[in-house]
Amino acid sequence: MNMHTLQSAPATRPALLQRAADFPILSRPVHGKRLAYLDNGATTQKPDAVIEAERDFYRHSNANIHRGVHWLSQHATELYDAARTSVQGLLNAASADEIVFTRGTTEAINLVAQSWGRPRLTVGDEILVTHMEHHSNIVPWQLLCEQTGAVLKVVPVEINGELDMLAFDGLLGERTRLVAITHVSNALGTVLPVAELTAKAHTAGAVVLVDGAQAVAHTTVDVQAIGCDFYAFSGHKLYGPTGIGALYGRRALLDAMPPWQGGGDMIRTVAFEHTTFAPSPQRFEAGTPNIAGAVGLGAAIEYVRGIGLERIAAHEHALLEQATAALADIRGLRLVGTAANKAGILSFLVDGIHPHDLGTILDSEGVAIRAGHHCAMPLMTRLGIPGTARASFALYNSPADIDALVAAIHKAQRMFGTRGA
Amino acid sequence: MNDKDDMLRELYQEVIFDHNRSPRNYRPMPGANRHADGHNPLCGDQLTVYLQVSDGIVHDASFVGHGCAISTASASLMTEAIKGRPLAEVEALFRDFHALLTAARDEPGPQRDFGKLAALAGVREFPARVKCATLAWHTLHNALTGEASTAHTE
Repeated sequence: MNMHTLQSAPATRPALLQRAADFPILSRPVHGKRLAYLDNGATTQKPDAVIEAERDFYRHSNANIHRGVHWLSQHATELYDAARTSVQGLLNAASADEIVFTRGTTEAINLVAQSWGRPRLTVGDEILVTHMEHHSNIVPWQLLCEQTGAVLKVVPVEINGELDMLAFDGLLGERTRLVAITHVSNALGTVLPVAELTAKAHTAGAVVLVDGAQAVAHTTVDVQAIGCDFYAFSGHKLYGPTGIGALYGRRALLDAMPPWQGGGDMIRTVAFEHTTFAPSPQRFEAGTPNIAGAVGLGAAIEYVRGIGLERIAAHEHALLEQATAALADIRGLRLVGTAANKAGILSFLVDGIHPHDLGTILDSEGVAIRAGHHCAMPLMTRLGIPGTARASFALYNSPADIDALVAAIHKAQRMFGTRGA
Repeated sequence: MNDKDDMLRELYQEVIFDHNRSPRNYRPMPGANRHADGHNPLCGDQLTVYLQVSDGIVHDASFVGHGCAISTASASLMTEAIKGRPLAEVEALFRDFHALLTAARDEPGPQRDFGKLAALAGVREFPARVKCATLAWHTLHNALTGEASTAHTE
């Protein structure tokens, strides 16, 4: 089926995926109810393929990497390197050497701030972020500004959750050294035009970091097509384990960056007089890494690529459309974030019911959502709200989950006596 | 209906809805001689507690702010409960109320008549919500002791 067929026959919905059975946790009831897990923006559940990969690693392949002459160490090293190649494939990086394993997105961004930014930035240099960034793409830059005297500039966001592109153009200047932008807003679901923003930033001579935490599981990512210099993501939002993620960095940049943590596995030679460092990416992976986590992440990437990220994106987009329509029908419910281009995230407010109360009542029906500021307090302040309730979709969600969400919101409105006629 | 629904009804009693819809003593107090701000960064709840204290008695108590039903009702019920009470009683009530909400399931909890505050006992079954119910009380505690300018529960 091609896109033209889809567009010319709007009655035909893209085929929904039927993969919930791959995720053992989804079959456990919560409070005696079927679990409708809609907190995927926080973390995704793990398929058997990932759980088994980690288990198999410890049962059959565990050894330290890059240092053993024995067979098992070589075997573990091969698995670790294969995981790096999987990440390279996922992001379409030119080389596996451009992939640095980290604990996750946060550590990846901090690595860039401290290793790329700290030696280079100076008083009056500017770092440009957007008003919809997650705290993890704000605070590392604030720390860097304190260390270097650089200045953080913020691109405003429209009330519907879209970026103010004219303001971006205006704020981008000759002092802009770095542009750090999210690919998909975790709070609102807005998809940013990262390729366009990157091209503009490069024209201005700035380096670009894209926070892909909310993007990699929900859309195809091609760092070469985007053109960005750095791209960060977390494994646990991609059906992989917690505590593992990756940073893509363009080879020339990584090679010119000093280490940011010292230790074993990142050196070439150590002497008390002088130590030389390994080339990237090893230079940035001091100490024994999360080997089993990397293997699990590799399995997660092969799992989603086996299904196809285009199919996953189509599935989630269909769910987003259904859920948007269903929630818009609920009297007293207001959607927060209505950008034209959105990924599978729905933020909303219900009149007279605080998101935290809503979260508790939805939970009693087995419906797991996030309530709060979503680690995006500046954005909430901009929108004039303390927080939202957020439902976020993954490949295993189904229309039944949306039905459960809607029914649970009705229950909350009945309890609070706020249900409209 | 299930156990969770019973717990939910214990949590969201009519008195909670009542105090959420119509919070008592919800006003700034220009003549306050004690006040403190409270903030729960996790859910964004924010409130200010005002007190008029003299001769060891809390003569007046009020609050303003925004939060969930549990935190609003708790703040409202708190102002009612402490008005006119000696400071020593207020501090004892703070300790007992805190113990009521945080006691382990198999513990009996403090033995005292909590009056309307007993309506908040259901929070015990919702560990993620205990902070909502105690925010106003920690803020009260700070206002009385002057320990910190902003109380945090997270």
